[in-house]
Amino acid sequence: MTGAEIIVESLKKEGVEHVFGYPGGAVIPIFHQLFNAPFNFYLARHEQGAVHAADGYARASGRVGVVIATSGPGATNLVTGIATAYMDSVPLVVFTGQVSTEMIGNDAFQEADITGITRPISKHNYLVQRVDDLARIIKESFYIASTGRPGPVVIDVPVDVSKAETRFAYPEHVHLRSYKPVYKGHPLQISKACALIERAKRPVIYSGGGVISSNASEELREFVRKTGIPITTTLMGMGAYPETDPLSLKMLGMHGTCYANQAVHDSDLLIAIGARFDDRVTGKISEFIPEARVIHIDIDPSSVSKNVQVDVPIVGDCKQVLAEINKTVKAPEIGEWIDKLKKLKAENPLTYKDSEAKIKPQYVVERVYALTKGEAVICTEVGQNQMWAAQFFEYTEPRTFISSGGLGTMGFGFPAAIGAQIARPDRRVVDIAGDGSIQMNIQELIVAVQHRLPIVIAILNNGFLGMVRQWQQLFYDRRYSHTCISFAPDFVKLAEAYGAEGIRVEKKEEVDAAIARALAITDRPTVIDFRVDREENVYPMVPAGKTIKDTITRELL
Amino acid sequence: MRHVISVKVENKSGVLARVAGLFSARGYNIDSLAVSQTEQEDVSVMTIVVRGDDRIIEQVKKQLNKLIDVIKVSDHSEYPSVQRELALVKVNAQPSKRSEVYQLAEIFRAEIVDISLKTITLELTGEPEKIDNFIELMRPYSIKELIRTGRISMNKE
Repeated sequence: MTGAEIIVESLKKEGVEHVFGYPGGAVIPIFHQLFNAPFNFYLARHEQGAVHAADGYARASGRVGVVIATSGPGATNLVTGIATAYMDSVPLVVFTGQVSTEMIGNDAFQEADITGITRPISKHNYLVQRVDDLARIIKESFYIASTGRPGPVVIDVPVDVSKAETRFAYPEHVHLRSYKPVYKGHPLQISKACALIERAKRPVIYSGGGVISSNASEELREFVRKTGIPITTTLMGMGAYPETDPLSLKMLGMHGTCYANQAVHDSDLLIAIGARFDDRVTGKISEFIPEARVIHIDIDPSSVSKNVQVDVPIVGDCKQVLAEINKTVKAPEIGEWIDKLKKLKAENPLTYKDSEAKIKPQYVVERVYALTKGEAVICTEVGQNQMWAAQFFEYTEPRTFISSGGLGTMGFGFPAAIGAQIARPDRRVVDIAGDGSIQMNIQELIVAVQHRLPIVIAILNNGFLGMVRQWQQLFYDRRYSHTCISFAPDFVKLAEAYGAEGIRVEKKEEVDAAIARALAITDRPTVIDFRVDREENVYPMVPAGKTIKDTITRELL
Repeated sequence: MRHVISVKVENKSGVLARVAGLFSARGYNIDSLAVSQTEQEDVSVMTIVVRGDDRIIEQVKKQLNKLIDVIKVSDHSEYPSVQRELALVKVNAQPSKRSEVYQLAEIFRAEIVDISLKTITLELTGEPEKIDNFIELMRPYSIKELIRTGRISMNKE
């Protein structure tokens, strides 16, 4: 069997159904075999689109996303997508072609040292030097990508390895003496945590993306039910706990709710679960939690005590650790605390000043929520659109909010929506986009049209790179240096050129009809160009490196 | 503070770059690095000497442990260990100065490995501090060339 055949057979063994990619010289032997392989192959129109789509597929389905691209520029075009998946711990197996082994290092045509380039942005990578190693490497890659703290694995396959022949035997087991993720939390640490929880007076749960990657949403809900402790989630953790529940404080951090940030700040016990104390969450770290002791559950030991000193670290899988805690934990007496937070929540709701004359971007998100009955899978681009999508939609299920949190990759949302729609044909997928971000991977529109994916692309079009403009307004004397992008394409005609539906919405009263019309279309994507208020800002905002005392709310302006 | 970090790794290509990358990404310069085989054919050991903030070094050690090809990380600055280094020193030594150099070499148990008309080349092994001292004493004779292997370290039982 040739190397290329081994790749196809190995993917079959891994139960892969969907593959994203783009052909090129160094992967022709692999594509030769993909021609009649039993996978749905999605031909992106730029490799970045392929890797983001695989990422969106992985996030929406919980399975490993698979990408194949060629050597050199094909591989380097994947770099942003690999880094995006790495920062958000998304399991991907990425195949790149490589020039033939005897040419490596010669500056051969379409050669790039992609294992060198992706070393710091992938969980692991391989350069396959012998076809005999290929099956084992693929087996290891799927294992490494999907276990422990998940992440992307790159397999660089020289073209002669794809063509070389060997006997195919897919290994049953993986033998990696140096890689043994710890899943089970230490019993002593768990009992320490339970003791702290039972004695807490002002506890808060701070839940992150790790709860979603470990499919621990049920265990988390059980934990909240048993303890009655209020819960805030990170951007990556949204949906693990229903935001419609009274104990939910919604998102925390730079653009989180005032009540979530205040609750965390005032807490005497912070229970961090699958979260990593990112700077967008903590603000100024020394004043983040002045009075709290910290329990930190995380599968990645290097996340523990990285930014914040932790009192009870529990290294393990969120799902298993929470299940253990749930067996013994007793509810603390926190009636007073809950009453205080209830009041705080009632007094500081997420709001915006609505307008009849202008379409407020927040209003659009609210209407998408209402008209999809909150059941859509929401993908976002990066910037203001992302924050409004986080704030004004209530997420109740895991894997329904898909966004580039760590790397903050503009242009991620739409290709990710393609992957998400493939993973969830039963759900409507809406990409909440900005007019800046959507132009970064607009070429993928043809993929959605070709595969009849009824994605709704809601462009919150303000003619600005809005988040940067907001920072310029607030911190750089309103010098809108190169953030005005009102010199823009006609998004409706653009959609039509691709064979998608295009709708322009310029009046508030047209918003509902446009969303309803888009939702009625089930065989092609729809682009809705919402002409929203140009200088609307995202509030509340804790400026970078500052504390909650410095929170900017609408009223202060 | 100076840390001596011993890293057992899979003996594979690319591992050194992964390990070194974790230091360089933080702007840390590695003072010395020695890589060699171990009692197991497929395992190499890297002894890395690096200065840096303790908290950041702690983070780097955790990140090292995360690398798939890293088998074991230990910080030899924390436990009693035997540490050795080898140096080759080529000093200017006109015939009139030779006996002085010989004497110093003898005190430090350095071996003379080469002699030319104008130079003497000495080989010295020992604790890195001893080598530092020897080099200081050789400086007045003008060192033409100096090379050190970097420290290797083994924990005491």
